[in-house]
Amino acid sequence: MTPLHLIGVGLVAPGLPDWESAAAVLTGRRPYAAAPIPPLAPAALPPNERRRATLGTRLALAAAEQASAGLALDPRNLSSVFTASESDLGIIDRLCTDIFGRHIPVSPTVFHNSVHNAVAGYWSIAHGCRQASTSLSAWDGSLAAGLLECAAQLADTERPVLLVAYDLPGPALLDSHRHLEGPFACALMLSAAARGAAQSLATLALDLVSAGEPDRLPPGLDPALEVLRTGNAAARVLPLLCRIAAGGGGTVRLPYLEDLDLLVRVG
Amino acid sequence: MPPIPASITAYTLTSALGAGCAATLDALCGEGPGLRRCTLPGLDLDTWVGQVEGLETAPLTGALADFDCRNHRLAALALGQDGFRERVAEAVRRHGAGRVGVFLGTSTAGLNHTEQCYRRYFEQGRDTLGADLRYAHTHTNFALAACCRRLLGLAGPALVISTACSSGAKAIAAGDRYLRAGLCDAAVVGGVDTLCATTLHGFQSLELLSPRPASPWGLGRTGISIGEGAGFLLLERVPSAPGQPVLLGTGESSDAHHISSPHPDGDGAVLAMTAALARAGLAPAAIDYVNLHGTGTPVNDRAEDRAMARVFGPGVAAGSTKGATGHTLGAAGAVEAALCLVCMAGGLLPGTQGTKLQDPDLALRVLEHPRPGAPRRVMSNSFGFGGSNCCLILGRP
Repeated sequence: MTPLHLIGVGLVAPGLPDWESAAAVLTGRRPYAAAPIPPLAPAALPPNERRRATLGTRLALAAAEQASAGLALDPRNLSSVFTASESDLGIIDRLCTDIFGRHIPVSPTVFHNSVHNAVAGYWSIAHGCRQASTSLSAWDGSLAAGLLECAAQLADTERPVLLVAYDLPGPALLDSHRHLEGPFACALMLSAAARGAAQSLATLALDLVSAGEPDRLPPGLDPALEVLRTGNAAARVLPLLCRIAAGGGGTVRLPYLEDLDLLVRVG
Repeated sequence: MPPIPASITAYTLTSALGAGCAATLDALCGEGPGLRRCTLPGLDLDTWVGQVEGLETAPLTGALADFDCRNHRLAALALGQDGFRERVAEAVRRHGAGRVGVFLGTSTAGLNHTEQCYRRYFEQGRDTLGADLRYAHTHTNFALAACCRRLLGLAGPALVISTACSSGAKAIAAGDRYLRAGLCDAAVVGGVDTLCATTLHGFQSLELLSPRPASPWGLGRTGISIGEGAGFLLLERVPSAPGQPVLLGTGESSDAHHISSPHPDGDGAVLAMTAALARAGLAPAAIDYVNLHGTGTPVNDRAEDRAMARVFGPGVAAGSTKGATGHTLGAAGAVEAALCLVCMAGGLLPGTQGTKLQDPDLALRVLEHPRPGAPRRVMSNSFGFGGSNCCLILGRP
């Protein structure tokens, strides 16, 4: 497969409010200090949608805005791929509690936010983007599945593709069945070719291989980051971001399916 | 030059109309009752549903026991029809298990199972949802692909797409894309969704659930009837055999308008249809039948009607089968793609069951009753919440 060009990165996680600070932490230039996510106000959304946007949506949109900032790209021309292991578990809990516990009608806004692609819908509304957008899931391989889907799309189109991976912890009742650390959102702006003025941060060549031991974070980094990586499907991107932040080439093995890993050769 | 289209080497569907292609064709020809009053336990909603028979008494066992839930029972039932599993096994022999991918759509996956755990939690005052909530095998979206991968013995790429009511159609488009990119040589594509409390109550809260059987394009239509269903296609990168259908084109777009209402003029729908036609290298006049999204809500049908007029002008044979199957939500795109293939093979243009008097304010006249026909190229529309649109064109090469 033709390598993908990475032209923008965005990241929002506890103690990692943006890509610049994350890169400093991931290259060991700055210590990691967990901190709550700052309040996120998706400025691009109209007031009604801004009021209705969930934390997951605000998180994903913030990462997406970072990845496109400074690029001479019209967001209306972007295809997008949103990947998350879980739909919003807080919403599932709320709907099931209203139906089976409180026996009250469910909230229309909560229900419309319950669809897995609500995040993609808000993003398209924020930017008036009518290009194709897809929302997918592949358990702990959701990030790898998102990269593959982008590669399949970029084999087909000149248009850059925005990949957004995100997942966030659910309420206690569901957390014992699906524990998630975070919240965590990462956005990668990918293009089939190096684009004129846009600087290519790295090239990513993808290969499917039999499952082995996916890369961990370097032992020198704060162990809390490794806890985040193993505890959140989207944070599986961290070893790849480490490599990109370091600026050198190399290969990163990401978990994909129970019998397949995704090898990413970073150039 | 459009790319060489993927061959559809097998297909099947199971819905309220029956299990498998033959039962579906019979039901479509006979306009037999598909929808029934909702009598699901604990759901006191005044509505009609398209329910699949027998799922309550067909648990998954053995290697699939952990996956047991209503959605996966339906997936297994559907995969067992029309020799579909055998055709997949042949594809595995041809290409190798690692070269056969799985790309499926669902809106609620195994949520029905989680709902039962919540109900028990509240009714019995428990402390937890219970150790029998097998979350990774039932609730999570990907469980559907994991289950089908296990059942079919596949080891290629896999994903689940969940874009509300366009999920099944978009999963077909994704499988087609993976084939073109050379990421696999065969793709099991489709969608599965089952009835659950959350969607029924949710659509009720949006005042989109009809108290009568859905009447797409009908005068005084009152909303959707929800159904459950599963549709599967096997796509392969092989030259199509004589008479074998192919996936001619797919088109996807976003409305960028509202999370739960379509763009009033159908702007996004127009983009999806024109993109599919462009990929297929076809003019609108080459389409012999359009299976409309046609949900039966006043707003959806009006928006799709405007989009149809913009793409096709007044004259194309079209209809909605959601009055027969119910709206199978995340499965709809796959169920209706398979249904279109059934109609092409059976020489039928299906009617718009449930619709007796058409809305005079809509420009398009839908086919009310089934009639013999020989459609060569059909289009299937799927438009979902979040403004997610997908259009498929299937037919003879």
